Amino acid sequence: MAIASATNSAAEERISVASNWTLVWWRFKKHKLALISAGILAVLYAIVLCPDFFSTQDPERTDARQAFIPIQGIHFFDDGRFDPWVPGIVGKRNPVTLRMEWQIDPSKKTRVGFFVTGKAYRFLGLVPMSTHLIGPRDANDRIFLLGSDRLGRDQWSRIMHGTQTSMTIGLVAVTLSVILGVVLGGISGYYGGWPDQVIQRLIELLQSVPTIPIWLALSAALPRDWTPTQVFFAITVILSLIGWTTLGREVRGRFLALREEDFVLAADLAGASQARIILRHMVPTFLSHIIATSSLAIPVMIINETSLSFLGLGIRPPAISWGVLLQEAQNIQTLALAPWLLIPGLLVIVAVLAFNLVGDGLRDASDPYSK
Amino acid sequence: MTRFILQRLMLLPLLMIAFSILVFAIVQAPPGDFLTSYTATLASSGSSVSAEQLEALRRQYGLDQPLAVQYLRWMQQLLQGDLGLSLEYQRPNAELIGEVLVLTLVLALFSFVLTWAIAVPAGIYSATHQRSVVDYILTVLNYIGVATPNFMLALVLMWVAFAYLGIGVTGLFSADMVAEPWGWPKFIDLLKHIWLPALVLGIAGTARLTRVMRANLLDELNKPYVMTARAKGMSEWKLVLRYPVRLAFNPLVSTIGWYLPQLFSGSLIVATVMNLPNIGPLLLRALVNQDMYLAGAILLIYCLLTIVGTLLSDILLAWLDPRIRMDG
Repeated sequence: MAIASATNSAAEERISVASNWTLVWWRFKKHKLALISAGILAVLYAIVLCPDFFSTQDPERTDARQAFIPIQGIHFFDDGRFDPWVPGIVGKRNPVTLRMEWQIDPSKKTRVGFFVTGKAYRFLGLVPMSTHLIGPRDANDRIFLLGSDRLGRDQWSRIMHGTQTSMTIGLVAVTLSVILGVVLGGISGYYGGWPDQVIQRLIELLQSVPTIPIWLALSAALPRDWTPTQVFFAITVILSLIGWTTLGREVRGRFLALREEDFVLAADLAGASQARIILRHMVPTFLSHIIATSSLAIPVMIINETSLSFLGLGIRPPAISWGVLLQEAQNIQTLALAPWLLIPGLLVIVAVLAFNLVGDGLRDASDPYSK
Repeated sequence: MTRFILQRLMLLPLLMIAFSILVFAIVQAPPGDFLTSYTATLASSGSSVSAEQLEALRRQYGLDQPLAVQYLRWMQQLLQGDLGLSLEYQRPNAELIGEVLVLTLVLALFSFVLTWAIAVPAGIYSATHQRSVVDYILTVLNYIGVATPNFMLALVLMWVAFAYLGIGVTGLFSADMVAEPWGWPKFIDLLKHIWLPALVLGIAGTARLTRVMRANLLDELNKPYVMTARAKGMSEWKLVLRYPVRLAFNPLVSTIGWYLPQLFSGSLIVATVMNLPNIGPLLLRALVNQDMYLAGAILLIYCLLTIVGTLLSDILLAWLDPRIRMDG
């Protein structure tokens, strides 16, 4: 009895001295699905950091003779020993359609290995490296872990590079909307009066904009001769210009509620500057909430970018994003021939699901009144 | 109530003016004008236009005027109900849009009805059978429904139908029905084809609405009045449907405000992928070819549909919930 109450009070003390973030982490840990999703996101962002390391070959390397090669599944064991290999591919031209038809031939084995040397690249654009996570042991072999497209480009490597673009767009666009939302929503809620009126009308106007058509029109207005980087930033700005309104509203609501709180009055009376009151006293109270909301906004951005690029008005080739990759799958005849071209879409779904689950988990964890 | 609606209606022209400026700015933004891309198309096919001809065309369409003049001219025409002439098709925009506008509306409304017809019963079942197997399955389906981009779902369905069932599911009519005049047989044919695009379009919304319905109903089911009714021996289904469901409906109605507009703009993507006769593909073409007055007219129609959708939900909500109409 006594021991039980002692551990209880020890636990209580642990809770009472824990910082807000520790509490959030403890609650977040209980969500198993959210935790798994966070792991998936960590892997995806590792790919974002260095897609070349995860690629097996140059994503731009074309070879018309190796078009539409099917998925070469990786086998880890050969004769009961760990010795990874992928089955070889033999092509036969169909005498009627004159199209190459590929067959998996397990008797021909291409040996693959981990941390092999391959195409040279720069890690983070700086450090020269040539180690790849996975690849053929003989650098002259080509392997297609997820098949190839109509130009014979390796889909696995292209997906790695597409992941970099698509995941970054989501993150950058949401960061921009958070900045816009916090600044404008903050001004609106903290000062009130005419700035509040102007910003509120602006939000109302933007919220009644039909998003997809306007996005399309804006992207179509981008000059054709812009570089992929310029287009990338323009698309992020376009996505976040409309995306910030929800967050702006929420921040304003929080500011309105907090303005009346005693601790704000106390800080004011103690002579704290306005910037200090806002940044040191008010923002931390709803920071976790903002993070949760924005992690729920990232998947929306990702879906929008993918849709825009899919329609040919977002990221443009030669840049690679998930939407650009899915453009290859636009034709139903092609799709019937090479269904693996839909795999980038699967990745979109996985990423969006993971973000949604992590966002839900964070939202529940950051709510101090939830159990 | 009347005052509330009137207030909202007064706001409409103001919003439309703001939108018309926005839309005009956007369609004007690309460098060059329609004639630049027109000459480029001609040049690629081998023919060319002389500089004088170009100048004459430019004057005819008023493309040589300053932007403000062009905008005012456009507005003047719009107010007279004239949507202008499509530079590409050489036909009145109103005619081009009119052909596909009805189908756009039909698709969105059909999708809307389908969404509610699925989401409301699913939400009620989920809430009344909380933590049952069906509830879990529905939750998983909801997550996937929200996470799947529309066009992806359309692609997968089209691929499965084509590769495994050997049928094409694109378009809204059978091949022999497209040219037929409107009539009963054509309508039946439309119904046979529209459900799939409508389902694709509505899947994300269905998932969200099911979650909203489930959450609202769960809140209501835990309230004391439900227990009272149960204690009095009311049959479970009658009780649930008569009281908590009706209350859980209000927040659901308020979703119409964003859901209808979302359906209108979302249909753009689905229509492009599934090759439906809709204003979406028309807008896409107009944007790519810089057919600016056609693009502008379509964008304005999207704006109008969005505003009307929001207005409709406000009115419905005010009609359902006295607290809102008293405040207004």
